[in-house]
Amino acid sequence: MQGLNSFSGNQDGAGRPAPVRHAPSRPLPSKPAVRKDPAPSRLAYRLNRMMLRPLIRRLVRIGIPAFLAMMVAGIWLSDETRRANLQGGIDGLIDRIQHRDAFMVHRMEIEGASAVVEGGLRAMLPVPLPASSFDIDLEKLRERVLKLDAVEAVDLRIKPGGVLSAVVTERVPAVLWRHPRGIELLDKTGHRVASVTERDVRGDLPLIAGEGADKAAPEALALIDAAGPILPRLRGLERIGERRWDLVLDRGQRIKLPEDGALRALEGVIASNQAQGMLDRDITVIDLREDGRATARLGLEAQNGIRRARGEPELGVDGKPVAPATASGSASKTKNTKKSG
Amino acid sequence: MKDLYQGQRAMRNMRRQAMQRGVIAVLDIGTSKIACLVLQFDGPGQFRETDGVGPMAGQSNFRVIGNAHTRSRGMRFGEIETMAETERAIRTVIQSAQKSAGVRVDHVIACISGASPASYGLAGEIRLPLGKVTEGDVARVLASCDVPDFGRNREVLHAQPVNFAVDGRSGLSDPRDHNGDSLAVDMHVLTVDGDAAGNLVHCIRRCDMELAGVASASYAAGLAALVEDEQELGAACVDLGGGTTGVSVFIKKHMIFADAVRYGGELITQDIAKGLRVTHAVAERLKTLHGGVEATGRDDHEMIQLGESGDWDAERRQISRADLIGIMRPRVEEILEKVGEILDAAGFDFMPSRQVVLTGGGSQIPGLDALAARMLGQNVRIGRPLRIQGLPHNATAPSFSSAIGLALLTAHPQDEWWDFDMPAEAYPARSFKRAYRWFKNNW
Repeated sequence: MQGLNSFSGNQDGAGRPAPVRHAPSRPLPSKPAVRKDPAPSRLAYRLNRMMLRPLIRRLVRIGIPAFLAMMVAGIWLSDETRRANLQGGIDGLIDRIQHRDAFMVHRMEIEGASAVVEGGLRAMLPVPLPASSFDIDLEKLRERVLKLDAVEAVDLRIKPGGVLSAVVTERVPAVLWRHPRGIELLDKTGHRVASVTERDVRGDLPLIAGEGADKAAPEALALIDAAGPILPRLRGLERIGERRWDLVLDRGQRIKLPEDGALRALEGVIASNQAQGMLDRDITVIDLREDGRATARLGLEAQNGIRRARGEPELGVDGKPVAPATASGSASKTKNTKKSG
Repeated sequence: MKDLYQGQRAMRNMRRQAMQRGVIAVLDIGTSKIACLVLQFDGPGQFRETDGVGPMAGQSNFRVIGNAHTRSRGMRFGEIETMAETERAIRTVIQSAQKSAGVRVDHVIACISGASPASYGLAGEIRLPLGKVTEGDVARVLASCDVPDFGRNREVLHAQPVNFAVDGRSGLSDPRDHNGDSLAVDMHVLTVDGDAAGNLVHCIRRCDMELAGVASASYAAGLAALVEDEQELGAACVDLGGGTTGVSVFIKKHMIFADAVRYGGELITQDIAKGLRVTHAVAERLKTLHGGVEATGRDDHEMIQLGESGDWDAERRQISRADLIGIMRPRVEEILEKVGEILDAAGFDFMPSRQVVLTGGGSQIPGLDALAARMLGQNVRIGRPLRIQGLPHNATAPSFSSAIGLALLTAHPQDEWWDFDMPAEAYPARSFKRAYRWFKNNW
């Protein structure tokens, strides 16, 4: 029976498998950390040394980024619309900044100018006001204003508050210049100020005449200053041959001044006039052109007086001796013409 | 003699070409540490006279722009044992030195500490036909030195005329224009094993560097650690390195003898590791932190925790410092005995001033100067290397004296005498050069 019992075999224990005993979970033996080889590999070492070459380092650090940036920019800009948009955006930005209120010029203030000059100055502005101060080129405007004859100097500046200030110094007319084309006003340096139609417009100014008189205007003014005592008799100065002056007085008298030292010669004449009253006598021309030898040409009446005293026949107006019968008549005629002149 | 002449001139030219590039690296390949200094040669114009800096034997011409040092690998007794390992160490140190300098270095001057150096004293004498020493006579007397048989495969590292004598007037450093009938020269030649030097050249070539010169580490350490008076009056420099202990003897500012013992600080570490049954790293740490050679009573009470020695987990042992000193001292004494033997062989006892200067990493052992004074003579001092411009503070330790000496040697090599042209007899007959020289000399 026992053999039939299926349990008996199990009771034996020999065939029975040992229960599985799991090993307690121990930590693995700690492996020492593998130290990395600190030495660079041959390739890394060579690359490192290559990067230390200045040329290659510059190429990598500057060249490649610059190339990439250029390429991206180039591709982006290759489109026409994008380029136009960019240009328009930049222009708009510049325009917006330039037309900010802080940069605007609203009005123009002009000081020291006459009405005519002021009108000219306003007409010369390149843009109508109000305008941006970036559009007004002050240097160019100043050059244009200085081309006006009546303006001697101009000080242009843009003041805070949007004011374009122009301080104008006008030329002061000092002398009138009569020449074949008309009469002009000159300042003391001989620069043209304006034209006048007739001499009486500025009767207070002295008159000069002759070609090239404007270039020697300062000398003429000095001569006029020096001619103080005979100023009431002075009609004007005439430039002869563009090199020397003739002082023209009334009664047809004329003082021919030398080219050099005209002032000194004139002072000499005035001194002798005050001492001897030379100019009150019948002398038509005093010729001082040759230095140290003044020559006087006598008038007709004086010559005839001398001739009468000598018992010679008197001279006529044409300078020819006339018959004694008509001598007194011609002399009175000369007197008459002088008075009228 | 012709080979010596040409070899020295070739080395001089190589170094000159490297210095013209402006940047040069010096590499001290030691047994325990590789140091690399990157030097920049600015020329003498960088100081004005008002700065108070004179020429100083070329030391003001350069400055250190980069430095690096790393643990040496594959070296044993100052010689290369495993080429690939040493090459990796050289790559490491050069790369980090370049990184700190910020420039690429192509030329390197290396020093070799082992390779069984041997010193020879050479003598030569010639008659002076003109009764006066000319530059040609200097070249001739250098060429007239009879070279002994150095042995198979030996390379000449240094060959320097130490002394000139004209008619018995000895001790001249520059014999030119002296009157006399005969000119004699004493030359010191240092040779090393050619294979060891070749291995070094190969390693440096493998690092894409151009070798611009090789020097002996003991010579370089002497240049850095001895002050000028010691070099002039006679002194010995003992460079206690990791694998070798180099000895160089100087007099009249010239090296007259150099040798190296194959004993060094690594041996002390090994002794500690064996004696205390600790790992090499722990032994090195014990040596540097607690080492010494003079035991006092207090050292018996100063206990050192050994910590984990590797094999046994959580093992704690402690030894007294006197135990450590007891292990270290015999080995240090042995090294100094060997040094003493070398100094005896060099005739150091007959020198006018018997100054001994200890330098190198091993010289930092506390109490070494007292021990050395007992064994080597009374005039012993610990020498730190000369200060050079631009050197960071962590590279001014005595263990850097060979690297710094190498930099000084680069700036002021004492081999100007090889600049003189080779004697005309050495040229092949009918050469154009000879004709050119004749024309140049006679017109």
